[in-house]
Amino acid sequence: MEYQNIFTRLQAIGPAESGVPLAPATGNGRRTGKMSFSYWLGKIGDAQIGPIYLGWTGVTSAVCFFIAFEIIGLNMLASVNWNPIQFVRQLFWLALEPPPPSYGLRIPPLNDGGWWLMAGFFLTLSLLLWWVRMYRRARAHGMGTHVAWAFASAIWLYLVLGFIRPLLMGSWGEAVPFGIFPHLDWVAAFSIRYGNLFYNPFHMLSIAFLYGSTLLFAMHGATILAVSRYGGERELEQIADRGTAAERAALFWRWTMGFNATMESIHRWAWWFAVLCPLTGGIGILLTGTVVDNWYLWGIQHGIVASYPHVFPPVPDPAAIPAGATP
Amino acid sequence: MKAANVIRHALLVACLFAIGACERPSPLEKQQGYRGTGMVDVQNPRRVQQKAAENAVPAPLPAAAAGGPPASTAFQNLQVLGNVSVGEFTRLMLAVTSWVAPKEGCNYCHNPANMASDEKYTKVVARRMIQMTQHINADWQQHVDGTGVTCYTCHRGNPVPSQIWFTHTDDVRSTFAGNKGGQNAPTAAVGLTSLPYDPFSPYLLGDADIREVSQTPLASGNKRSVKQTEWTYALMMHISQSLGVNCTYCHNSRSFSDWSQSSPPRATAWYGIRLVRDINNNFLVPLQATLPRERHGPAGDGPKANCATCHQGLNKPLQGVSMLQNYAALRGPAPAAATTPSSPVGLMSAPPPAAGEAREAR
Repeated sequence: MEYQNIFTRLQAIGPAESGVPLAPATGNGRRTGKMSFSYWLGKIGDAQIGPIYLGWTGVTSAVCFFIAFEIIGLNMLASVNWNPIQFVRQLFWLALEPPPPSYGLRIPPLNDGGWWLMAGFFLTLSLLLWWVRMYRRARAHGMGTHVAWAFASAIWLYLVLGFIRPLLMGSWGEAVPFGIFPHLDWVAAFSIRYGNLFYNPFHMLSIAFLYGSTLLFAMHGATILAVSRYGGERELEQIADRGTAAERAALFWRWTMGFNATMESIHRWAWWFAVLCPLTGGIGILLTGTVVDNWYLWGIQHGIVASYPHVFPPVPDPAAIPAGATP
Repeated sequence: MKAANVIRHALLVACLFAIGACERPSPLEKQQGYRGTGMVDVQNPRRVQQKAAENAVPAPLPAAAAGGPPASTAFQNLQVLGNVSVGEFTRLMLAVTSWVAPKEGCNYCHNPANMASDEKYTKVVARRMIQMTQHINADWQQHVDGTGVTCYTCHRGNPVPSQIWFTHTDDVRSTFAGNKGGQNAPTAAVGLTSLPYDPFSPYLLGDADIREVSQTPLASGNKRSVKQTEWTYALMMHISQSLGVNCTYCHNSRSFSDWSQSSPPRATAWYGIRLVRDINNNFLVPLQATLPRERHGPAGDGPKANCATCHQGLNKPLQGVSMLQNYAALRGPAPAAATTPSSPVGLMSAPPPAAGEAREAR
């Protein structure tokens, strides 16, 4: 019954765990940092903090991220005349904007999008280095590289939005601004410009995988918590040697909906749903403006737009009425 | 129970946030489009009442005796209202005073020693504004319909209407970093979004193309950038704010650009945009030199109009009550009777940007 809570109520704290020894051939260096315990972190996860391995990819990734973060933050601060109070008040509105479309793919002056290009470069470098780090860590631990490839899917969407699609469109101005409300307003404007993204089938797929991911996560998390009284949270043991927890969880779903995933396959389900969300979304963005310019009209062409009865009197386009004619 | 206390306080704070996001009382929803399209007008009844009070119409002055000699026989220097009868002219002057300068009185525009004198700039401006009012009522019926406008539609008892705009001066001092690109600052005129905060200069002064969306499914040379779309979006936010309506009042949001699914007010708004463009260029901007410096904006330009200048939060200004009915002199002459050589009246029978718009739409 000690597990029937959103928090971990029992904290078993032993000597700090320094990790499995690494094969010398991986050449990834040693973990560093002192080991300690945090009672409050122990409430939501493992109480042990450290040791950590950064390596050169981790260090350079962190440095690149810091540079991008500073370029964005200092530009925002400059845009409110270095006033820290206004910076806090307007933070959600502030942004670092990509260059105006007139510059095309040329390198613009610093204050006309040059800072944006530079921030984007360092942020991209940081993400790619972090990906390499994840990949190498997984290999060094003798794991599969599933985490790295899932992360790569997110990086794909990021690159499509900020790099690949602007390249194909021939203008950095097509990219997303760095800013909280500004990037949201950009998304809304993007959908309007291209005739409603909801008619983009890849957008549909992406949403299905997004909501599907949350559904699968809720089903899986709930199932495991529900059988944790039988040790169900020890998933690896349950996969290798199916115990009563796995049996009960499987039977529950089979009796509920006639079919059940297995202790192993549910994680493939979840992984693919999560990975396909940005993967399909990125394809949808990539096709927008490069191939399809009005998704609503594309939807009409392909018979996916519902037709409604007209309830208003006809509204002709005033611009199409010849001058001098009575509308 | 320390933990329980922490949780209780957290819940309390969460509740405050939840309540803070609510609007009281429950909104009124009126279905306008076909069911399922979301074309619903949502209004807060409390705000509707407030707006009704704010936009109440003053009682008309008692009607002048019918007939009588034209005002030009009794007064000098009448360039616009000379044909109006003496009684009606005097009544209109009294009404204009109560609409525009109720505190300041006649002397706000007139030299009491010589009422005919044009020495005060306010009198010169007032004459031009009466011409503008007549022009709007005579030539922009596609927007103002029979309801029409009077001085009160914008002025509401103020010598300078409260809802005006000036050319934006960027306040960013650094030329090295922090370029906002004309957006990303909370601005009431565009609904506190991070969209461009001056959509007026390109669309309500210039005749930049508002249309963004392609009329072909596949890419066929429409080079409009999403950045440009944000400017159009900002103008639309301004219209929405000024009229107190949401997007679906005019548009079916599944295809914003499609006229065949739009409601009739969209066409009214289309003419409204051209109306504002017309009066800004042909009446308000040329008055810049007439106005003293204190009436200029930070960039040295004169005050200009946008949708809020008349609408002030309502889809129909002054709740659709026609004050013009009681002041027929403001209906204006037929377009041919324009007096000033710079008058754009003849030109305005065909809204100027139509050709460009049509080209983009195809």
